[in-house]
Amino acid sequence: MKPAPFAYCRPATLDEALESLARLGPEARVLAGGQSLVPALNMRLAQPSALVDINRVPGLDGIRLAPEGLVIGALARQEAVLRSPLVAQHAPLIAQAMPHVAHLALRTRGTFGGSLALGDPAAELPACAVALDAILRVARRAGEREIPAARFFRGIYATALEPGEILTAAVFPTRAAAWRFHFDELARRHGDYALVALAAAARVDGGAIAEARLVFAGVGLTPVRATRGEAVLAGRRPDAATLAEAGRALDADLDPPSDVHASAALRRHLARVLMARALAGLVTGA
Amino acid sequence: MADAPARIPEGESYIGRSIVRPQAARLLAGRGQFTDDLRLPRMLHAAFLRCPHAHARVVSLDARAASSLAGIVRVIAGDEMASLCAGWVGTLAHFQGMKSARQHPLARGRATWQGEPVAAVVAESRALAEDGVARLAVEWAPLPAVTDAETALAPETPVIHPELGDNLAFSLELESGDPDGAFAGADHVYRDTFWMGRHTGVTLEPRAILADFDPTERRLTVYHSFQAPNMMQDILARHLALPEENVRVICKDVGGSFGIKVHIYPDEMATCALAVLLGRPVKFVADRLESFQSDIHARDHRVTAEVAVRRDGTILGMRVDDLTGIGPYSVYPRTSAVEGNQTVRLTPGVYRFRDYAARLRVVFQNKTPMCQYRAVGHPVAFAVMEGMVDRVARELGLDPVEVRRRNYVTAEMYPYTSQTGYFFERLSHEECLDRLLALASYRALCAERDALRARGVYRGLGLCAFIELTTPGPAFYGVGGARISSQDGCTLKLEPSGAVTCTTGVTEQGQGTDAMLAQVVATTVGVPIERVRVLTGDTLVSPYGGGTWASRGAGIGGEAALQSGKALKANILRVAGAMLQCEPDDLDLRRGKVVDAASGEVRLDLAELGRVAYFRPDTLPKDFQAELTVTRHYVPRHQGFAFTNGIQLSHVEVDVATGFVRLLGHWVVEDCGRIINPRLVDEQLRGAIVQGIGAALFEHCVYDDAGQLLTGTMADYLVPMAAEMPDIVVGHVETPTAFAEGGFKGAGEAGTAGAPGAVLNAVNDALAPLGARVTRQPITPEVVLRALRTLA
Amino acid sequence: MDARHEVEIALIVNGVAVRRRVEARKSLVDFLREDLDLTGSHVGCEHGVCGACTLRVDGALARGCLMLAAQCDGSRVETIEGVAASGEIADLQRAFAEANALQCGYCTPAMLLTADALLRDDPALDAASARRGLSGNYCRCTGYHAIVEAVLAAARVRREASRG
Repeated sequence: MKPAPFAYCRPATLDEALESLARLGPEARVLAGGQSLVPALNMRLAQPSALVDINRVPGLDGIRLAPEGLVIGALARQEAVLRSPLVAQHAPLIAQAMPHVAHLALRTRGTFGGSLALGDPAAELPACAVALDAILRVARRAGEREIPAARFFRGIYATALEPGEILTAAVFPTRAAAWRFHFDELARRHGDYALVALAAAARVDGGAIAEARLVFAGVGLTPVRATRGEAVLAGRRPDAATLAEAGRALDADLDPPSDVHASAALRRHLARVLMARALAGLVTGA
Repeated sequence: MADAPARIPEGESYIGRSIVRPQAARLLAGRGQFTDDLRLPRMLHAAFLRCPHAHARVVSLDARAASSLAGIVRVIAGDEMASLCAGWVGTLAHFQGMKSARQHPLARGRATWQGEPVAAVVAESRALAEDGVARLAVEWAPLPAVTDAETALAPETPVIHPELGDNLAFSLELESGDPDGAFAGADHVYRDTFWMGRHTGVTLEPRAILADFDPTERRLTVYHSFQAPNMMQDILARHLALPEENVRVICKDVGGSFGIKVHIYPDEMATCALAVLLGRPVKFVADRLESFQSDIHARDHRVTAEVAVRRDGTILGMRVDDLTGIGPYSVYPRTSAVEGNQTVRLTPGVYRFRDYAARLRVVFQNKTPMCQYRAVGHPVAFAVMEGMVDRVARELGLDPVEVRRRNYVTAEMYPYTSQTGYFFERLSHEECLDRLLALASYRALCAERDALRARGVYRGLGLCAFIELTTPGPAFYGVGGARISSQDGCTLKLEPSGAVTCTTGVTEQGQGTDAMLAQVVATTVGVPIERVRVLTGDTLVSPYGGGTWASRGAGIGGEAALQSGKALKANILRVAGAMLQCEPDDLDLRRGKVVDAASGEVRLDLAELGRVAYFRPDTLPKDFQAELTVTRHYVPRHQGFAFTNGIQLSHVEVDVATGFVRLLGHWVVEDCGRIINPRLVDEQLRGAIVQGIGAALFEHCVYDDAGQLLTGTMADYLVPMAAEMPDIVVGHVETPTAFAEGGFKGAGEAGTAGAPGAVLNAVNDALAPLGARVTRQPITPEVVLRALRTLA
Repeated sequence: MDARHEVEIALIVNGVAVRRRVEARKSLVDFLREDLDLTGSHVGCEHGVCGACTLRVDGALARGCLMLAAQCDGSRVETIEGVAASGEIADLQRAFAEANALQCGYCTPAMLLTADALLRDDPALDAASARRGLSGNYCRCTGYHAIVEAVLAAARVRREASRG
């Protein structure tokens, strides 16, 4: 299908972009990577009045280490994030997740910030952002604000971004050295959206999990942090009994949807399987 | 530069050689000419308003806002379209009792499937045409949708077409021998129900048509991504009331078809009618969303099967009950009964038990119409049969290989007529099985599987033996009244330069018709293959023929090319004899040179012969006429089909925690008669196998109870992609047909025929130690985990 | 600055400077096919999933159906026509022809450009990484086996050429 008609502008600076959004009103959308927006346009599921193309806005695509942590610019291309040595070193969870994200031809255009701003609960990066306690930086005409990832994702394709705001960066605070990370997902085909994905982190002490962070994708309206499951695991080894109890607690954490790809029961079950595999990997360091 | 040889002792045969396709270079450079690549002056674009409901009345349709949009040329709805293009009924006389309602290019007053076209907008661009469609003001009154085949015939279910009386399109009962007796005398009876998920072709190039009408000559020229140009020509002429000879259909490059593009689609007929109405070229290309909703679907079957066996694994008898839910119309002109008919007739064909009974019911549904798609009926038939054979083996503790051997139709039984009346000239089940076991190191794989089971790794091996009907004769469609040509022709022209131009009625969709026929022609005429050019797909230029379907290209097109080649060679040698003043029988044509047949001495270059024949006939005897363009036709008459056979093996590993199935390998040994180009045949098998794997594991057109298609995008409908597919090892046996000089049979569909059964059996082999069994396709993680009782 | 329904764009396509006026909503692949007659890039889904429209923008693979022509103002676009004419993928084309790694040819231009990108990135790729790398390009005809063979054959040729 061809898109419905829309107007287009390509601001040269962030200020121009914010000013354009304000002037064009709430029917205008930001065009960054376009890898999710343009399919929606091509199906006439989205019919914005105008697109504000921010691809040439400078200064938003860097990946750098700052005192507050690893800063990934919103316009950093997903392929650049995948290849970044800084990301591999300072946010290994993201480095593990990136190869699961779509395919090369989509990652060269798709942006890191775009995936976060879209807020698809089945996507990898929102789950990673929550698991790593990312801080999302948002620009608006009145200035900047910061939103913790845990409060950023509100529902399916719904985030804390308000009309006229543009995500500019995500900051990943440094974690203590004892933390280990494990990302995995179950998808029918390489590159598909996951049926269930798990962004897991654990502080391991001896063979036990001192503290765990389990954030699932594909099991709710947003990335879901399995706090009850985490509580069961705290201070314990991931043996069969612990995993069984954590699995039961997980059932209370998750309220997955049923759709044509998977029933709620399947998603619950796969979440339990992913959790067991992740914990085994985290403890052994595999 | 080397001197040309003075003697050529032997001609060159290209049969059995894996030459590179002549068309490859062009396609590799992006120089394909697919229908959407074509532009004609003053071309317009059509877009369609499609019913969003499975069943609805069109209460009102207001086109004023659409018509007033700049760039919109015309808006048209059902009643006006009906005055331009006659409707059709998709039945054939030889399917006794078959019924279907009249279908129109645009629905008139009531739409009966989600996606049925109701109105057309023609504009200067596709985007504008869609803008026009968006401005059509439509009021729909939804009606109850019939979406469950099991209850389609129940009295409380609405009848989709009341004038037909019920929702039964076709039913059939077959019986051979004494099945009741066989069941009564059996040691064991096993029963299973198989559900095969509806799925579709997903050709990468969507359906595309560009129709141009010249009102001054009343000539319609249609560029069409299609398999059967003469069939389309005939239908357009009759339904648009044009003389047949005024309609020209041209199939240039086709981006995949597999049967999807051999049927009549209302939107394509409407596009041609619009061209006639407007006197300008009109193009329609289905976008992917439209493709999922409106390309024909296939293989929606629920089959209940029971086998009666002796305790040694001999199959005594079988009963099959096949219920298939098609769309609200049987598709024109080939009908939607063929798939079910073939399913019930093919099921027992590999095995020699005689006592067989089958019942088929084809019922209407408010879903996308269903019709022939690659390997029509075969994948269902053999998933059922081979699934039951493996079940028998497992229940009786027997080796699945030995159960097959025990029950096969064997070498000494040919010629043979199957339980359902299919004639087999000669098949090679045992030989293919032996080759497959060796090719795959089957016993070693079994031992490895057994060893890994002890470690909690669940691998499985699944066999699927099959037959494939190819090279159909006139009884297939013509007998039922369809104007579908079962014969085909090949015209060969010797150019003055010594090159040979070949035009044929069989067509090309990527399988390599160009190479295959060039190989036959070059061999038979006696010229180097580089001098042969094959042209297909233009009704004005090609001999009248059937196009490509039911794997007829090699068996029918190849034989016509062979006969034409012989005739051209004979005529060339007659000219040579006249030039050299000797007997044509003393001469031969080898590698483009006329030679002395006995000694091989080169007497004449073909270019020299061409020069004389075309430009210097004054040097030839007065009463001699050179005829250097010949046409020969061929229709198979000695058997209804040239059946082929083969066997496949799938090797899988099932992750019993997640239900995911990983494909470790796939093997096929196939017998398609004399092979012209081994690599092309291998690649047909591989591509077809992956399509079958798609059906086995991934592909499913899922409807909700209201008849809404839930898998209508490439994200929701899962096609096989490279990372999940296995390497596929191919072996061959060659049993040529004696009924045609070339001995060629077809090979295009065999891979799809056997792949789903092999994968199903492999998964069940993997799950067997856990007491679980699946009989539903696609085999999703959900299906596996429910079988394992991990999920309720 | 004003947002407009039609924009002027200037870009380099296959090494040639191009200036056109386009509707903002027109995709890059439609622009190339319709406005520049470069029909070698194909449209298969318009969702970004099938990969048939894959081409190069500013030196990297991109889906032509997921970019607007308007966005490509100032960019450098390469399609199969330009890449084939340059000879830089002749070894891949030869390998594809010999392995019969194409049938209908509709996926082929995109498959070639994707394979070329994979080989540049990882000249030593094995079958599994070739399959993963090609997993964003749908082919319905070949079943992928021959395509993987062709890519591995071309990889061998490139490795030998760089050694010699």
